[in-house]
Amino acid sequence: MTNAAIADAAVGTEPASYLEAGHTLISWLTTTDHKRIAILYAISITLFFFIGGIAIAMVRLELMTPHGLFLTSDAYNRLFSLHGIIMVWFFLVPSIPATMGNFLLPLMIGAHDVAFPRLNLLSWYLYVFGAAFTVYALLSGGVDTGWTFYTPLSTNYATGYVIAAAAGVFVVGFSSIATGVNFIATIHMLRAPGLTWFRLPLFVWGMYTVSMVMVLATPVLAMSLLLVIAERAFGLPIFDAARGGDPVLFQHMFWFYSHPAVYIMILPAMGVVSEVIPCFARRAIFGYTFMVYALIAIAVIGFMVWGHHMFVAGQSPLANLVFSFLSFIVAVPSAIKVFNWTATLHRGQITFEAPMLYALGFVGLFTIGGLTGLFLASVPIDIHATDTYFVIAHFHFIMVGGTVSAYMAGLHFWWPKVTGRMYSEAWARFAAITTFLGFNATFMPQFVMGWDGMPRRYHYYPDVFQAWHVMSSVGALILAVAYVLPLIYFGWSLIYGRRAPANPWNATGLEWQTSSPPPKENFLRLPRVEVEPYAYSDTDQVSGANNRMPVRAQGETA
Amino acid sequence: MSDAVTALREPWPDLDRQREGVSVGIWLFIASEVLFFGALFLGYTVYRTLYPEAFRIAGAQTDVFYGGVNLLLLLTSSVTMTFGVDASRQERRRTTLVCLGLTMLLGTAFLIFKGFEYSADIAKGLFPGAHFPLQPPQTQLFWAFYWVMTAVHAVHLAVGVGVVGVFALILWRRLLPIESPGMLGVATYWHFVDTVWIILFPLLYLVGRS
Repeated sequence: MTNAAIADAAVGTEPASYLEAGHTLISWLTTTDHKRIAILYAISITLFFFIGGIAIAMVRLELMTPHGLFLTSDAYNRLFSLHGIIMVWFFLVPSIPATMGNFLLPLMIGAHDVAFPRLNLLSWYLYVFGAAFTVYALLSGGVDTGWTFYTPLSTNYATGYVIAAAAGVFVVGFSSIATGVNFIATIHMLRAPGLTWFRLPLFVWGMYTVSMVMVLATPVLAMSLLLVIAERAFGLPIFDAARGGDPVLFQHMFWFYSHPAVYIMILPAMGVVSEVIPCFARRAIFGYTFMVYALIAIAVIGFMVWGHHMFVAGQSPLANLVFSFLSFIVAVPSAIKVFNWTATLHRGQITFEAPMLYALGFVGLFTIGGLTGLFLASVPIDIHATDTYFVIAHFHFIMVGGTVSAYMAGLHFWWPKVTGRMYSEAWARFAAITTFLGFNATFMPQFVMGWDGMPRRYHYYPDVFQAWHVMSSVGALILAVAYVLPLIYFGWSLIYGRRAPANPWNATGLEWQTSSPPPKENFLRLPRVEVEPYAYSDTDQVSGANNRMPVRAQGETA
Repeated sequence: MSDAVTALREPWPDLDRQREGVSVGIWLFIASEVLFFGALFLGYTVYRTLYPEAFRIAGAQTDVFYGGVNLLLLLTSSVTMTFGVDASRQERRRTTLVCLGLTMLLGTAFLIFKGFEYSADIAKGLFPGAHFPLQPPQTQLFWAFYWVMTAVHAVHLAVGVGVVGVFALILWRRLLPIESPGMLGVATYWHFVDTVWIILFPLLYLVGRS
């Protein structure tokens, strides 16, 4: 291999892209190319995103009036349960890692593929297999346990297809584990020459930390669901209080996964935003090493806060105190990240392209979600707000305002790289702003009514809450429009979009050093990395505020 | 035909790196598996701490003969597996295949004995339910964990037997060279499943008899 850095497609003819490597359905279903697997995942999770969306749209419509509109209470319970199960496990958990992570991780570290390409394909098939269980549960009548499968409701009292739904989540968990194992091995073993740990883009660090959480937390969820299935199917008294079992034990096991699962959703989102903000502010990320330590700290401390979901479940006061304290501690690295993103913007040459709009939306909404999380981490306030819409609003600010905004930011940022096409910038900006407005219209009212005592999951409610519910439902309609728009202009761009250059944003990552879309083997010559990430022009050093070219991109020839 | 060429797979630059990668991958998977079983051990620990007397009564009813024989079978299978790994490193084809065959055989024998034990347990009515023979009711918790723990372990072992079988077939048909890095992954998984039994055996068969 030569010392010269990188093969750039700009020289001579463009290499055939990965999309040209086969056009039949079989070529897609048997591919081991990480880029094609990413596309398979993207199509699957988009499908489930809209199924989960339709379910909650019906719920929001139903809640327009205090005494229901068109659903039975049973159907209502099944719809919100379905929404939770699908959105958490079939959209949010795989969203950024399985699509952008799969596509970009090898590109960003200069590898030909992930460490175990066939395991990668297997993970997608596991996802589909798990999804089949869930679709079966959905078509045969659904479940009414909520997404949390709490015992003894799920084991003794629920009437729906609990076993099928739990089995679906069980199986899809192994798809997460396979992805996690693959990513960690890839990052450890396949980095390009010169790409040391502290030259990795923060997105790669996001993938590394999220993979750790996936590998270590998901199996505990799998076991807790397996025990629910064993109890429901065979009458084994694992959590049956009549024979000495402890239902709270289930909650411990469930939240041991499901709280870290929140970090499974947010760590990759932080990675995406850390790529987008420096690029459109033309500034190196502020405090790179602390951004890395913060990701690691969030992943580690995130394992030790699960008890804050159980403040009213009969935990000892001491346990409550400890979990409350640790939950406050986990806010520290999160705050460091927010401050550093803000500091990155300071004195930057900011432009407001669609990915940047989504990323800025992320920072604001994540901050609100995080701060309200501090309310809930405090035991007395949590006792007041437990199981109210305040909690719902809080975690939607993190998961939807945070993760989905970042997902959209990443989708717009890397769309030219993935498809080789540019989308309509005007429509994309319009959708980004509409998302932000629709999101706030949906969930801000939920903070207010939750604080006033509106419980979550209730079908009928007192008349005083109707105004807030109507606001929230109208907001949901706006949000729905904002989520359908990208489908249309992205679809349009595939056919009519302008051809994308290799590096449309003048970004510094390795993934921009190859053609758009990349060739099957990613790089024609393996790159060598000699610089830190995010070497954008610093206004302090570059005279004239208009220099938009990076000082030196990773993998670029000196 | 050079073996080194056929064993090397995308995206690895060389065989040593690939072997190291397989090792990283399988150990991460085992970390995950430890937490999978860890949730079970947690449940067992909580209930045993809450109801020590019920667990003593219930634990005395397990069949230590079957459990002990199975312990011997699995320990022996780990020995044959280790010989197999050494043989494959030295590219001794026939020894490797014989060792893998023996490992499979011992694993299958474990499953057959486990089947006999299960039918004996059921004949004694030791499946939790309405007519459970033991008192107090918390004894059913011990037996619930007995069934789940041994069943989950048996599924792992059955998967192990299958994986060893497929891998032996691949080596036998020369689809991979005998010193393929995959051998290390298969063996590590096998030893892990064996180790789980080493922990399950005292928890389920010995505590009631102490």
